[in-house]
Amino acid sequence: MSRVSVPCHVKGTVALQVGDVRTSQGRPGVLVIDVTFPSVAPFELQEIMFKNYYTAFLSIRVRQHTSTHTPPKWVTCLRDYCLMPDPHSEEGAQEYISLFKHQMLCDMARVLELRLILRQPSPLWVSFTVEELQIYQQGPKSPSMTFPKWLSHPVPCEQPAPLIEGLPDPSRVSSEVQQMWALTEMIRASHTSTRIGRFDVDGCYDLNLLSYT
Amino acid sequence: PEHLKEPLVYMRKAQGSWEKRILKSLNSMCTELSIPLARKRPVGEQKELLNKWNEMGTDEPDLSLFRPVYAPKDFLEVLINLRNPNYENGDSLSFRTHLGLIQVPLKVKDIPELKEFFVELGLTTGQLGIDDSTQVPPELFENEHVRIGQKVLAEQDSAAAQQYIRQGSPTALRAELWALILNISSQPEELLYYEQLKTNVIQHDLLVDSLIYKDVKLTASNDDYYFVFEDYLYQVLLCFSRDTSVLGHFAYNSASPPKSYIRGKLGLEEYAVFYPPNGVIPFHGFSMYVAPLCFLYHEPSKLYQIFREMYVRFFFRLHSISSHPSGIVSLCLLFETLLQTYLPQLFYHLREIGAQPLRISFKWMVRAFSGYLATDQLLLLWDRILGYNSLEILAVLAAAVFAFRAVNLMEVTSLAAAEAVLADLSTLKVMPLLQIFLFATVT
Repeated sequence: MSRVSVPCHVKGTVALQVGDVRTSQGRPGVLVIDVTFPSVAPFELQEIMFKNYYTAFLSIRVRQHTSTHTPPKWVTCLRDYCLMPDPHSEEGAQEYISLFKHQMLCDMARVLELRLILRQPSPLWVSFTVEELQIYQQGPKSPSMTFPKWLSHPVPCEQPAPLIEGLPDPSRVSSEVQQMWALTEMIRASHTSTRIGRFDVDGCYDLNLLSYT
Repeated sequence: PEHLKEPLVYMRKAQGSWEKRILKSLNSMCTELSIPLARKRPVGEQKELLNKWNEMGTDEPDLSLFRPVYAPKDFLEVLINLRNPNYENGDSLSFRTHLGLIQVPLKVKDIPELKEFFVELGLTTGQLGIDDSTQVPPELFENEHVRIGQKVLAEQDSAAAQQYIRQGSPTALRAELWALILNISSQPEELLYYEQLKTNVIQHDLLVDSLIYKDVKLTASNDDYYFVFEDYLYQVLLCFSRDTSVLGHFAYNSASPPKSYIRGKLGLEEYAVFYPPNGVIPFHGFSMYVAPLCFLYHEPSKLYQIFREMYVRFFFRLHSISSHPSGIVSLCLLFETLLQTYLPQLFYHLREIGAQPLRISFKWMVRAFSGYLATDQLLLLWDRILGYNSLEILAVLAAAVFAFRAVNLMEVTSLAAAEAVLADLSTLKVMPLLQIFLFATVT
């Protein structure tokens, strides 16, 4: 199924912390990222993709467009999804993650806004976030093709033209040609995948120094 | 694609800087000695080499000006300085301080997890290396184990072989079992490929060849067990450097092969080549990866294939910087963590006298204990590497060795004395040490 990227506007992260940010000792363990879609109408969300950077747990809340009278409410669609099995160690810390519609707790039709709540309980890390956030909606379904009439209703066999004297029987020739073609296809398909392993360029391996790029 | 090689950015960067250092070192050796990186051999020299192919050890070229590109201890210094920029180390001592040399917070297994992982090494399971000793009657375990091994080989079942070998491999079956696990066949194509590599060696002379010569002369030739295999080592290692199929493993190795350009065509991509053709620059002790295999395989083409497969599956992780659980960084951290957790007094004592344990055990792990253990013990250890498809057992064995000699180590007062206590491992029996450390130590 194809997917289409939805342009989104990612607002800056907001840290949630008890007490005054400047004076307290510890670092915030909760960050909130708001994602809005200014130029797109409410859409059905297919996939969220991002690169993790030391976030341990992720929750996502979504605000959907309901009927016109009621104001849209926030609903949690993903609760405490674990990105790092051990928040103190590096496992999963910089992985690429994809989250799909079927993993969400609620229906993702008519999405207006997303809010990502990032949690990192371990004090070992200086900062944490998610990067390269991309949202995808379902792409257009491939249009069903209508078969042309002559494919689905083959015409009855035509009468073969009368044989010209001296020439070989066309049906025999065609079957032989077919067999030959099948042989060539077999040979083509069975060539080994082992490479010859040439490391030189046209027999020359005269090198300069090693390059650093 | 870089993410597949190594997900953590700072480790990729560290590996990149390390590689740059190696390249600079190789380039400066090249310019100082005025020897080209690669040279096509004149026909006369080619004939001579072909004649001498089976006795290259008798050649005594002047290698005094060559020095190894790097030694394990240089690599250790790089690993010690590895830092995650997002990691809060803090100046004051706290729970987050690493007391060992490795300062990155990778996830390593602890003893309960290791016990589960290595469950077949437990006290109630029969092991070769323990239950085949002369005091134990063979009917108890050994005979049955050999019989099962023969059956596995008859069925040619690679997965079963891998499971079977966790309890050790009988000496007679080992060569075939390893070939089965590593999927090495004896197809004529492979023999042809090896002959092709041999032709490449004859045609071109590489600077790396001299490094290989020097390494073999310095290490394997001086070893009581392996000096007889000197000629085999040249045959394998010289061909190895020309083998471009090894380049495939760089897709999952955090390292990258060095690049160069044909003389006069700097910067033109059509003339870019890898140097050496297999992308692997040997370091001091590299030939020790091959030496133990010579006991098992006498046919050069098979020996070559086994070594190549072992390298692209396991050994490359021992000298590249990555976060993989079998990578050398994780192994070092696992070793230090095990020692700190289960022998805290010993660890503290060694640290106090300036003898960080990793400084001693690093060289064991980088060489997968080759050259330090007796050969039969080493092969039993490598059985388990194949069986568990992991190098973590190296770290566990290193910690077990320290535990075994703990009493003597507590009495030393300097790094040199600690090294002396641990200098000779040739009398150690690997499997009892591992079993005791994992399953019989009171925690």
